[in-house]
Amino acid sequence: METKVHTFVAYVEDKPGVLNRVISLFRRRGYNIESLNVGRTERPEVSQITLVVRADQDTARRLVANLYKLVSVLQVLDLSREPSVVRELALVRIRADQLGRAEILKLCEAAQARVVNVSVDSVVLELTDGPDKVDALYEQLQSLGSVEMVRTGAVAVAHAPQTGIPPDLGRAGKPPTGAPDAGSLP
Amino acid sequence: MEQTKQKKLTGSQIVWEVLAREGVEVVFGYPGGAIMPIYDAMYHQKIRHVLVRHEQGASHMADGYARASGKVGVCLATSGPGATNLVTGIATAMLDSSPIVCITGQVASALIGTDAFQEVDITGVTLPITKHNYLVTRVEEIAPAIREAFFIARSGRPGPVLVDITKDAQQGLGEFIWPAPDEKPLKLRGYRAEVQTRDDEIIRAAELINAAERPVILSGQGIVHSSATALLTELVEKSNIPVASTLLGLGGFPATHPMSLGMMGMHGEAWVNTAIQEADLLIALGMRFDDRVTGNLKTYAPNAKKIHAEIDPSEINKNVKVDVPLVGDVRRTLSELVPRVISREPTGWLKRISALKGDSAVRDVQSLPPNGKLYAAHVMNDLWRLTEGNALVVTDVGQHQMWEAQYYKHDHARKLITSGGLGTMGFALPAAIGARFAKPEDDVWVVVGDGGFQMTAAELSVCAQEGIKVNVALINNGYLGMVRQWQQFFYEGRYSATPMKGPDFVKLAEAHGLTGIRVTKREEVEAAVLRAKAEPGTVILEFRVEQEDSVYPMVPSGADLHNMIRRPSPIVETAQDPS
Repeated sequence: METKVHTFVAYVEDKPGVLNRVISLFRRRGYNIESLNVGRTERPEVSQITLVVRADQDTARRLVANLYKLVSVLQVLDLSREPSVVRELALVRIRADQLGRAEILKLCEAAQARVVNVSVDSVVLELTDGPDKVDALYEQLQSLGSVEMVRTGAVAVAHAPQTGIPPDLGRAGKPPTGAPDAGSLP
Repeated sequence: MEQTKQKKLTGSQIVWEVLAREGVEVVFGYPGGAIMPIYDAMYHQKIRHVLVRHEQGASHMADGYARASGKVGVCLATSGPGATNLVTGIATAMLDSSPIVCITGQVASALIGTDAFQEVDITGVTLPITKHNYLVTRVEEIAPAIREAFFIARSGRPGPVLVDITKDAQQGLGEFIWPAPDEKPLKLRGYRAEVQTRDDEIIRAAELINAAERPVILSGQGIVHSSATALLTELVEKSNIPVASTLLGLGGFPATHPMSLGMMGMHGEAWVNTAIQEADLLIALGMRFDDRVTGNLKTYAPNAKKIHAEIDPSEINKNVKVDVPLVGDVRRTLSELVPRVISREPTGWLKRISALKGDSAVRDVQSLPPNGKLYAAHVMNDLWRLTEGNALVVTDVGQHQMWEAQYYKHDHARKLITSGGLGTMGFALPAAIGARFAKPEDDVWVVVGDGGFQMTAAELSVCAQEGIKVNVALINNGYLGMVRQWQQFFYEGRYSATPMKGPDFVKLAEAHGLTGIRVTKREEVEAAVLRAKAEPGTVILEFRVEQEDSVYPMVPSGADLHNMIRRPSPIVETAQDPS
């Protein structure tokens, strides 16, 4: 079956061990995580976990169903199914002498990356953008010198509030009756 | 919310207050350092405690109790090795969706993470084999955690829940707050016990059923869990669709009903698997298309559309791609589906299945003329006859388990308890002890091989100490029979580590103050079974059976469901009617 990259946002209870439960599920069922990001939300008792996973449609659906089986998971959204903003932050250090810096700064400007540190023989850049844009900048910089990069993994949010989007608990088609409303966290 | 407030109690006292309010009658456990406060608080409690001989026995007993009663089974163990000994029983309950609550003691919260004496991260260990688990470090968390544990264990797709309580939480003083009886059912914000079936799915399913020419119902344990047996019978009698059953589904539909085909899968009778392979519609009810049921997925029921009624959405399309998913409680699903199914007369499809049965009868071990040998299949058939099909049978894992499933016809739900998903040898005796406490009036039989029996035989002491009666039909062939059978079929007869010498089982019974009877001939079976039933205490009936008999038919692991290894035929010149 055709696979594609899915971006899931799971809202979970902010309690000890919850991340372990989510990761344990991925390990046990053999899902491959491309990136993972954990952080707070506007609600102190709720954290979000953004997971980027390559999977076919059916595997992605069962992944959501399995996440919902975890008692600590409040809500799961598959943002690859709707308009959304996906961003990650990358820090890039590139070796550069005085001469090379002009080239680098030009690329930075085009990519809307920021220079956050300049030392004698290197420059540190910060870029916040979609994962593909981060990949693109990395490739371009590689042609200019030795590049090291760390990145946070994606965080994502849908364009519109999530009313009426069904948490797909196991099927395709129109929303199930009586299913929890994805618009408001329980 | 109105709440009942009382004077301050210790955490340990709170544990028992909650268990009593959850309706617990009996707990199975073993004391140790980190759970001593709970055992001390038990001293003046009314709830019965059964002292096991190994904590694995405690989790199996809780499981057996749960499966026999439909209620939550409870076991207790101390930290570290006590808790890890529960693990096999917890995994068994997880794979077979059995509701149990395990309460374990943990080292004091200040010592957690220091590798303290008997410290094990049991919530970490059991994470993948529990439906949910709790680490409780404060006395105020004890009551809510145990209450939630019971709710999660029994609702939706049932399963095991573990509550690990630190020693300081057990010893601490806290106010016992319990919701008043009129409080609404517990609601957990992240927990969805079930989803409702959708109308459009019900309509599509009914259309497929009404149009099918060669339909088969696949009945699983979900029918038992949701008490849907009457609705299933109504569906079958209305539509004249034959019913094949999974191992755990046996009893969910009466085995002696003319529309019952029997067990499907690896050791299902040939007509059952052939019917599934020839079907144009499979109606799967509360089952999960385990690999032991489907064989090769690529060739499984190739011409059949599939309807899958299942409470757990993550089971849909996991193994078998289905045309219509019916996600929800199977009883509720059936109650909406049955009125939409049209009444139909028996068709040529049933005649075709009857013809398939005739072929199998000739090969049946039951049709063997007397040759002086004792076959396990004979024992099962005689046991069925002599207990009038009403015994509560608890089986272990292996050849005897399959013979029991083939030759003991269960007409009622919760009358067969067996480890299906995990295939846990050693399950039967402790699970039967648990079942005995759930069903004091039932005729409880353990059917077990000589291998599995020796794994948990220490629990015989529990029978003696508690003064309880179970009848043990020990099928002794001197081999780890199922592995031997695979070695015969697939490893050119190299019997590597399968011949097994056991103790004198009659003397073993007597050493426990119990009764032992040895049976070596078929003509002795009846008298022995009747004597066992008459004895007031636990009896071990050792059946010395044919050593190298195999379970037929057999679908080799991963093979096509229709490619069965059949019992060599004709094994007799003049076959007799097996009935």
